[in-house]
Amino acid sequence: MTAVLQPGVLFGLCGAVLVGIGLFAIVTHPALLRRIVGCNILGAGIFLVFGAVARRGAGAGLDADPVPQALVITGIVVAFSASALAVALLKRLSELSVGEGRAAEPAAPRSET
Amino acid sequence: MMVLLDLALAAWLLALALHVVMERNERSAIIAFLALGLLLGLVWVRLAAPDVALTEIAIGGGGTGILLLRAEAALRGRGKHEEGATRGGKLAVAAGCAVISAGLGFAVLALASPAPTLAPAASDAIAATGLGNPVTAVLLAYRALDTLLEKVVVLLALVGIWSLAPDGIWGGAPEVAPAAVPGPLAWLARILPPFGVVIGVYMFWVGADAPGGTFQAGTVLAAMWLLVIMAGLLPPPDAASPALRLVLVGGPALFLAIAFLGFIVADGFLAYPEGFAKPLIVAIEAALTLSVAAALAMLVAGPARKAPAR
Amino acid sequence: MTSVHATTPSGFLLVLAVILPVCAVLAIVACGPRSAARIAMTTLAAGLAVAIAIAMELVAGGTALSYVVGGWQPPLGIALRADGLSGAMIVMTALVLGAVGLFARSQYALHDGGGAGRAQTTFWILLLALASALNATFVGEDLFNLYVALELLTFAAVPLVCLDGRAETVKAALRYLLFALLGSLLYLLGTGLIYGQYGTLDLLALSQLSREDPALSAALALMIVGLLAKAALFPLHLWLPPAHAGAPAPASAVLSALVIKAPVFLILRLVLDVAPPQAAAVAGQMLAVLGAVSILFCSVMALRQARLKLMIAYSTVAQIGYLFIVFPLAAGSADLPPWSTIAWTGGALQLISHALAKSAMFLAAGVVYEAFGHDRIADLRGFGRVLPISAAAFGLAGLSLMGIPPSGGFVAKCLLLTAAVAEGYPWLAATILAGGLLAGGYVFRVIDKALANPAAPIVVQRAVPRRLEIVALALAAAAVMLGFLPLRPFEFLQIGRSGVSMAGLP
Repeated sequence: MTAVLQPGVLFGLCGAVLVGIGLFAIVTHPALLRRIVGCNILGAGIFLVFGAVARRGAGAGLDADPVPQALVITGIVVAFSASALAVALLKRLSELSVGEGRAAEPAAPRSET
Repeated sequence: MMVLLDLALAAWLLALALHVVMERNERSAIIAFLALGLLLGLVWVRLAAPDVALTEIAIGGGGTGILLLRAEAALRGRGKHEEGATRGGKLAVAAGCAVISAGLGFAVLALASPAPTLAPAASDAIAATGLGNPVTAVLLAYRALDTLLEKVVVLLALVGIWSLAPDGIWGGAPEVAPAAVPGPLAWLARILPPFGVVIGVYMFWVGADAPGGTFQAGTVLAAMWLLVIMAGLLPPPDAASPALRLVLVGGPALFLAIAFLGFIVADGFLAYPEGFAKPLIVAIEAALTLSVAAALAMLVAGPARKAPAR
Repeated sequence: MTSVHATTPSGFLLVLAVILPVCAVLAIVACGPRSAARIAMTTLAAGLAVAIAIAMELVAGGTALSYVVGGWQPPLGIALRADGLSGAMIVMTALVLGAVGLFARSQYALHDGGGAGRAQTTFWILLLALASALNATFVGEDLFNLYVALELLTFAAVPLVCLDGRAETVKAALRYLLFALLGSLLYLLGTGLIYGQYGTLDLLALSQLSREDPALSAALALMIVGLLAKAALFPLHLWLPPAHAGAPAPASAVLSALVIKAPVFLILRLVLDVAPPQAAAVAGQMLAVLGAVSILFCSVMALRQARLKLMIAYSTVAQIGYLFIVFPLAAGSADLPPWSTIAWTGGALQLISHALAKSAMFLAAGVVYEAFGHDRIADLRGFGRVLPISAAAFGLAGLSLMGIPPSGGFVAKCLLLTAAVAEGYPWLAATILAGGLLAGGYVFRVIDKALANPAAPIVVQRAVPRRLEIVALALAAAAVMLGFLPLRPFEFLQIGRSGVSMAGLP
C-alpha cells in the first residue's frame, strides 16, 4: 500500500485520472474553447505519467531520470504552440461568422482554390 | 508528513481539474485552469523535476492561461459551439473515460520494477558536455535534434497564426493593448520589466548548471515584453518587420550553423568539438532564449490587426 | 546494451533530407516573401537530388543507411535510419512535392502577377516544413523524435487547409487540428509508457526487447488509435473531407497524397517492429476490419458527393483503407518474413500509386476550379472539350484508384487480391473487388461528364495555361508507369529489413 503513496506512483495515477478528465472534456464539451482547455488537461495528465516514470528512474545521484523530464519540457512547449494555433483559429472563425451575419466581411480574402 | 502533503496536493489537483471541466462560466473555468497550472508546478517539484516545474508554471499554466483568457474575452457571447452530447451520451463517454483512466492507472502500477532509467547514462556522458544540469544536457546535446525541430514547430505555429490575418493587413502588427489601459496594468508595466529581465537573464545563465534554461527564461522575457505592449508603453511590432524576423530566426539559425559545423570540426551533425561543448551550448541557448521570447510573445499576441507600415 | 546503430558512410544524406527544408524555412522567414518561391523551388530540387542519392546508396549497398545524431548512441541519443521502404517513401515524397511546387508556382503566377502575398508565402513555408516533417517521419528511429516529427507535420498541414481564409475552411482547419492534437497526445502517452517499461525509445532496440506485457499492449493501443485519428481511418475520418476539399488544390494534393501516409507508415512500423507477435496479429485483424469498412463506406460516400473535390477527398479515405487490409495479409510465417510477402509489396505500391494518382486528381480538379470557378460535378458537362489534358489526367489517375491495368493501382490491388485468396481471407478479397467497382462508379461519373455533349456552350472564366495541366498529367502518367512493375515481391522494399531482429516475429 505504501508503494502507491510514493510520489512517483501517486502522481502517475493522478496523471491517469487527468487523462480521463481531459478526454471527457474534449469529447463532450459543447464550447470549442473548453475543448482546447481539455486538450491541455489531457496533456498535463500525460506529462505527469512521464514525471512518474522519471521519478521512478532516480539513480546515479540524480533524484529523477533527466530524459523523460527533457521530453516533458519539449512537450509543454509544443502543447502551448498548439493551443495558440487553436485559439487563433477559433477567434478567426468567430470573427468570420459574425462577418457573415452582417453584409460582408471587410477585406475578405478572395478564394484561391 | 510529506505523504499527507502529496495526498492533499493530488486531491486538490483532481478537484480543480474536474471544476475546470464542469464549471459553466467560461471565465471562471479558465481562471481555475491557471490555478491548476500553479498546482502542477508544485507537483513537479515533488517529482524532483524543478526544470519541468518552472516550465509548467511559466508556459503550461501562465502562458496558456493568458492565451485562453484573451481568447475568452474576445469570444465572449459568441464562442463557437458544436452540438453537445446528450445526457446519455455524456454518461457513456464518462464511463469510457473512466475505463481509460483505470486502464492507464493499472499500466502505471504495472510498469517494470526496478524502473529502467537512463539517469546513469546521462550522468556518465555529461562530462563530455561540460554542463552541470543533466536536463539541459539531454535537451541540447543527447537529444538536440528534438529541440531543434521543436523550435521549428514553434516558428510554424507562428507562421500559421500570422496567415490567419486578412490579405490586406498580413505582415502588420497585432493588437494587444486594450482601448483603455487599466491603471494597475500601466503601473506594473513600468515596475516589473527591469526585475523580469534580470530574472530572465539569470534563469538562462544558471540553466547550464542548475534548474532553468532557455524556455523558462524566454517565457519570463516574453511576459515582460507582452506586459509593456499591453500597457501601451511600446507598440507591438509588425510581423513583417526585419528586426522581429531576425530575432525569431536567429536562435534556430545559430543552432543549425553550429550543428553543421559539427560535420567539419567534430563527429558529425549536432556533435560538439571536444572541449568547446559548453561555450557553444551556452551561445545556442542565449540566441534561443531571445528567439523563444519573441516567438512566445507573438503567439499570444495573435495575427495582425493593422496593415503593416510600409 | 550493445550498440545497435552505426553511422554508415552516406548516412549524412538522411540528415540533409530532414534539415535542408528547415534551413529553407528559416531563410524565407528571414528574407521575407519576395524570394519565397525561388528558395522553395531550389530546395525542392535539392531535396529530390538527396532522395535519389539515398535510393541509389540503398541499391548500391543493399543495406539500410543509418546516422547516429551527434554521435550520441541510443538509447541516450537519437538515430536516423532508412531502409528500402523509407527510401521509397522519401523518393515518392520528393517527386510529389516537386510536381506540386511546379504547379503552385504557375498557379500563383496567374493571380495578381505572382505578387508575394499572404497565401503564397505561407504556402511555400508550409510546403517546405512538410518536406522536413515527412522525411523525419520516414527516417526516424526514436519514438519521441517521431512525435516531434508528427507535430511538425500537423503544424505544417493545418494552416494549409485554411489558406483561402473562408469561414468554412477555418472551421475545417480547427477540426483537423483538434483531431490531430488528440492523436498526437495519445501517441505521446504510449511513448511514455514504453519508456517506463523498457527505458528506451529506439525502435531497433525495442524490436529486440519487446515482449507480451500489458503495459506494452496498452501503449501500442493508445499509439495506434492516435495515429488512426491522424490517418483518418473510419470512423475517425470525419475531419478529412472538409479539410482536404477546402484547401487550395496544391495543398489538397500534398495533404491527400503525402500527409496522411506518415501516420500509416508509423502504424506499420509499430505493428511490424515493436508489437509482439500475438498483439500484432490481433491489431492486424482489427485494422483490416476498419480498413474494409473504410473502403466500402467512403467509396459509397464518394459516389454521393455533388462537388468534385469532396468526391476526391472521400476517395482518399477509401483508398487509405486498402493500406490497412495489408496487415493480416502480410503477417508472413516462419520461413517467409512479412517483407517478402506479396502483400507487403502490394501495400507499398498501393501507398505510392495512390500518392501519385491522388495528387494528379486534386491538381486536375484545381485546374477545373480555376477554369470554371466551381467544381459542381453536375455543371461540368463537356469540360473534357475545354480541358482535354486535365480530363485525361483525371482518367489515368482513376485507373489506379479502380485497379484497372495498366496502372500502379492495378498491380497493388492484384497483389493484395492474390494474397487475400492465398491467405484465406475471402471477405477481404470481396472488399477489394467491391472497392474497385465503387471506385469505377465515382471515376466514370466524372469522365462521363467530361465527354458529354454540353447542353449549352461551356463558359470558361479564366484561361488556364497548359503547364498546370501537364503537371497533373505527368503525375497521373507516373502512377500508370508503376503498372509495368512485375507482379512479384520487389527487392528494393526488402533492403535493410532483414537487419531488424527476428526476435519479435513468429
